[in-house]
Amino acid sequence: MLHAIVWASETVESNPNPLIPAMYDIVWSIVPFAIVLFMFWKVVLPNMQKTLDARAEKIEGGIAQAESAQKEAAEALEKYNALLAEARAEAADIKEKARAEGALILAELKDQASDAADAITAKAHQQIEAERLAAIQSLRSEVGQLALDLAGRVIGEQVKDAKSSSAIVDRFIADLEKNEKSK
Amino acid sequence: MNGLHSLVLSEAVQFHAPSITEFFPEAVLFAGTPFEMNRILIIRMIMVVLLCVLFWAGTRKMSIVPGRFQGLIEMGLDLVRVNIAEDLLGKKDGRRFLPILTTIFFLVLFLNITGIVPGFNIAGSSVIGIPLVLAVVSYITFIYAGLKKHPVAFLRNALFPPGVPWPFYIVVTPIELVSTFVLRPVTLTLRLLMNMVVGHLLLALLFGATNFFFLGFQQWFGYVFGVGTLAFGIAFSLFEILVAVLQAYVFTLLTAVYLQLALAEEH
Repeated sequence: MLHAIVWASETVESNPNPLIPAMYDIVWSIVPFAIVLFMFWKVVLPNMQKTLDARAEKIEGGIAQAESAQKEAAEALEKYNALLAEARAEAADIKEKARAEGALILAELKDQASDAADAITAKAHQQIEAERLAAIQSLRSEVGQLALDLAGRVIGEQVKDAKSSSAIVDRFIADLEKNEKSK
Repeated sequence: MNGLHSLVLSEAVQFHAPSITEFFPEAVLFAGTPFEMNRILIIRMIMVVLLCVLFWAGTRKMSIVPGRFQGLIEMGLDLVRVNIAEDLLGKKDGRRFLPILTTIFFLVLFLNITGIVPGFNIAGSSVIGIPLVLAVVSYITFIYAGLKKHPVAFLRNALFPPGVPWPFYIVVTPIELVSTFVLRPVTLTLRLLMNMVVGHLLLALLFGATNFFFLGFQQWFGYVFGVGTLAFGIAFSLFEILVAVLQAYVFTLLTAVYLQLALAEEH
């Protein structure tokens, strides 16, 4: 029975040494290596590199685009801020000018008004003076006439002499005024 | 042993333990020439064609926003480009040596993974040719990189590590010489080769045993053992996927580390 079992160790003398390469084994190892090396070196890896480069470029392009967009936005913001500041300065300037102008106008108006008031006051004074003089004039003549009438009635004779009568009246009034002042 | 076997074995089913001859199948094409092809080498070439078609299709018309397939291809390429090349060598040198590193990673990965592809069932890298050729490529690449950039500094860093008192060079220099210029390619080769060889032997043993237990005994304990070995076989198949990816990563990473050391100014 046992002889039917073929153990590998029985054929050990005819076994090739697995550590000593056969010529055909070397040939069919160099050939696959050469083929695969050529394929990776000349075809696969350049294609892969191209794709990686394209991908990197795309990503970098996207980043650059985003950067430029951000830069543009920042520039726009800066411009806007500058414009705003300018506008604000201008507004403040205008306001200041208006205020100054307003003050000027006000002062002018005040001057004018006070001038007008002075003029009115002066005129009023003049008028008052004139009216006072007129009043004095009419009073003087009326009082003179009245006094003459009164005196004529008292004396019983018409004081004809206008000249002497007016002199009497004047003296009378002067006495009145003197009395008034001494009081 | 003899008695037990004669008790339980049926005549028809025999247990074939996997052997090293599995890695040297009969020639199919061009027998006797340097271009002789056997099953494993045909598997290698099928995977090479598949690898080329996949990556060619995945990068033929690339869009800036990747679709699902392109995204997957890019993820694979980025693993080598970002996590290995640029991480260890920096942008400039990483890009310079990217073709070599990418080739090593995907060639090893695709040839490793056939170990658990049904129908193939053997890793294309489980015969010494691929590990050896790639280790030699890695070796030549780092020596070329070091010598081209700064021959004196490269050899001084490699053989007379700075910061060591000079009498120690009597001991250190031969060790560094052997470790840098002899052991690096040897360990690269053997690590990959033995991982794939052992992985295959383990799976072949487990599935061969499952076959034997199910068909050889025709009794309940045969089925019990058979289920056990099958479960282990499935578990180790999954483990082999991890090993396939890990070995591809390790091979590429070590190549990048050797390059980094060769290009370093001082260390």
